[in-house]
Amino acid sequence: MAPATRAQYIIYIDYERCTGCRSCEIACAVAHSATKSIYTAPREKPRPKPRIRVFRVGELNVPMRCLHCANAPCVRVCPTGAMHYTDEGFVVVDEAKCIGCGLCTLVCPIGHPYVDPETGKAVKCTFCYKRIREGKLPACVEACPVDALIFGKTSEVLEEVRARKASVLAQAYLLGRDILPSPA
Amino acid sequence: MKSPRSLRIKPEDVTTVKGLDKLIYKAEEEGVELAWHRFMKQQPQCGFGLLGICCRNCAMGPCRINPFGGEPSRGVCGATADTIVARNLIRMIAAGAAAHSDHARDILYVFRDVAWGRNKAYKITDPEKLKWLAGKLGIKTVGRSIMDVAKDVAAVLEKEFGKQDEEPLALVKALAPRKRLAVWLKAGICPRNIDREIVEIMHRTHMGVDADPVSLIAQGARAALADGWSGSMMATLLSDILFGTPKPVKATANLGVLKEDYVNIIVHGHNPLLSMKIVEAAMSKEMQELARKYGAKGVNVAGMCCTGNEVLMRLGVPIAGSMLMQELAIVTGAVEAIVADYQCIMPALVTVAQCYHTKLITTEKKAKIPGALHIEFDPARADECAREIVRIAIENYQNRVPEKVFIPKEKVELVAGFSVEAILSALGGTLKPLADALRSGVIKGVVGIVGCNNPKVKHTYGHVELTKELIKRDILVVGTGCWAIAAALHGLLTPKAASMAGPGLRKLCAKLGIPPALHMGSCVDCSRMLLLLGMLADELGVDISDLPVAGSAPEWMSEKAVSIGTYFVASGVLVHLGVVPPVLGSEKVTKILTEDLEAIVGARFYVETDPKKAAEYIAEYIEEKRRRLGWPV
Repeated sequence: MAPATRAQYIIYIDYERCTGCRSCEIACAVAHSATKSIYTAPREKPRPKPRIRVFRVGELNVPMRCLHCANAPCVRVCPTGAMHYTDEGFVVVDEAKCIGCGLCTLVCPIGHPYVDPETGKAVKCTFCYKRIREGKLPACVEACPVDALIFGKTSEVLEEVRARKASVLAQAYLLGRDILPSPA
Repeated sequence: MKSPRSLRIKPEDVTTVKGLDKLIYKAEEEGVELAWHRFMKQQPQCGFGLLGICCRNCAMGPCRINPFGGEPSRGVCGATADTIVARNLIRMIAAGAAAHSDHARDILYVFRDVAWGRNKAYKITDPEKLKWLAGKLGIKTVGRSIMDVAKDVAAVLEKEFGKQDEEPLALVKALAPRKRLAVWLKAGICPRNIDREIVEIMHRTHMGVDADPVSLIAQGARAALADGWSGSMMATLLSDILFGTPKPVKATANLGVLKEDYVNIIVHGHNPLLSMKIVEAAMSKEMQELARKYGAKGVNVAGMCCTGNEVLMRLGVPIAGSMLMQELAIVTGAVEAIVADYQCIMPALVTVAQCYHTKLITTEKKAKIPGALHIEFDPARADECAREIVRIAIENYQNRVPEKVFIPKEKVELVAGFSVEAILSALGGTLKPLADALRSGVIKGVVGIVGCNNPKVKHTYGHVELTKELIKRDILVVGTGCWAIAAALHGLLTPKAASMAGPGLRKLCAKLGIPPALHMGSCVDCSRMLLLLGMLADELGVDISDLPVAGSAPEWMSEKAVSIGTYFVASGVLVHLGVVPPVLGSEKVTKILTEDLEAIVGARFYVETDPKKAAEYIAEYIEEKRRRLGWPV
């Protein structure tokens, strides 16, 4: 097991933009299929499984995927070393080593990995590390038609997010200046 | 951040038509967005949509089915993927059948007005064809004036849209082979009324009506047959009667047909009512003189899409291009007006036209586009309307920006206009020589290729590769629509192209002086192929489904193509699709379409995106049909 490190990449989720179309789920399953085609993947055995799911919470749609913890409980409890970090720091499972014990499921703080009854192996998000190494976007990000999923280097993505939030704050400030009595 | 998607097109990746590369680069330099750019922005396309498993038919939804076997496995109402896919598919058929048949209705109304003397702008140009049709419909012609016959024909044809009984449609009874009619009656898919079959699809697919994919698809087939054997058939027959039945005619194709010093008008869309009049007006002395007054050498009209095919076949008007070339025509900077009626007119034309001086003129009440100049076309005042439109185009010549003009030099010669009558005449008056050539194995079969461009397929690659592969195997290719334009653009519609054919077909072409691929018209003219198939089956004493023939839509995209494909399958012809239809979300519907239909109508769909593999499969299919007939393979 590699030392715990936080991956330098992030998929930032903009919950307000998510329309709940579930295109990310489809793209995820296809990306994790053998044939990599929407037309043939649904017929594969074992069936390709999506590793992202959109939940409806009140007014918001919430795409749930692995957070790729820096100090991942699933990696720590895995008895065979199947759950491990890639060089980038993504948490992935080595199916050859996985015995399907399900300890990863028990310890995950957000309920992400589970043991697939069809294969007896843990199923989880891989951050599409192979696609990223080829210079492609993670499949869910590429599929999102409204840019609710934003992929990039953590520092760069957050820089942009902060800039956007800053403009919200600035507008609030300007609005406040207009509607509040000016300090005498 | 999400990396910005590259928005540069590599022309060699998107089209095989010569000369378009320069226009694509020009468009990009001038900041013009084309269908291929928008197609890239749409990637990846919605998986639910591609598989046909989203349903928006009621407001409990929208619902979609998990294609990977998990939940949700049913819509809110309980509809399964099978139900949803079948409902969506036949709604496509309804739209396609509606488009063709409403086009027919427009021509029928003009024909009726001509018969009753209410419209003087049009006339009966082919009385022989009218008499032939009247005879087929059981209307007396001997000793009667042609106008009286026309009135009776109009009365029968208008009932095709509104008769209220269970009898088969009049044109179906009159023109379909007996053996086919029996198949349809047995299967319960014999069409009764064009509008009714379409309405019934809308009813059945409403929330909580028909949930059985088999019965849904049967109704789809019934509406498609109403389209093919009556709606589209009517459009073809009446166009021939009003404007003349096409005969072989030489012309040129590709954007090189635009002329630098002329006022260029492009007629775009489908209905000949408008385009024939525009050509007539543009060629008039008055308009040619007006053009010279504005500094041009004259007026040049070129066609685009199927109305282009209509004026090409009847008048030899050059054809500028197929569906995916409509924006590039404007990018030449040399088009004064695109005059459109309906179907396959991209709303994007407005935006492209804004970058140049081109005026997009819409003419149909049914087809308005925000930002276009709308001049309503009234068939009763057809000549006046056409003159007004041509005048606007001429006046727009002075707004042309010379430094923005670039017309590619590329243009190709072609022969078009192979109506059934023209084919018969090339054969010496009867189908027997063709039947004999088929039976003896001089040619192995006939394949009809139709329909569309689709950025999912490299533009014209699907059409042209399939055609070349088939003629190489001594299979005669006939076709319509954007296939015909694609074949023209690649020089396949000339007798010279026979050098690419196998020895048998080459011999036949040389003997008859015909190309190895025959331009049979616009997309409604697929009805001509139905007639030819029926006659061929009768000549050989078999059913259409026994013939060594097949159909193909290698680059299809429109709902009309779904209707066409379905009426060919229901008529007993294997139909190859080069673009995957949105049905794979249901194993059951996929199986019905690609396997089970065979037992009911004697044909089925076959999906293959590689045209070379498709050609191999079709050739084997034809071989199998020949073997069953006991013919040499």
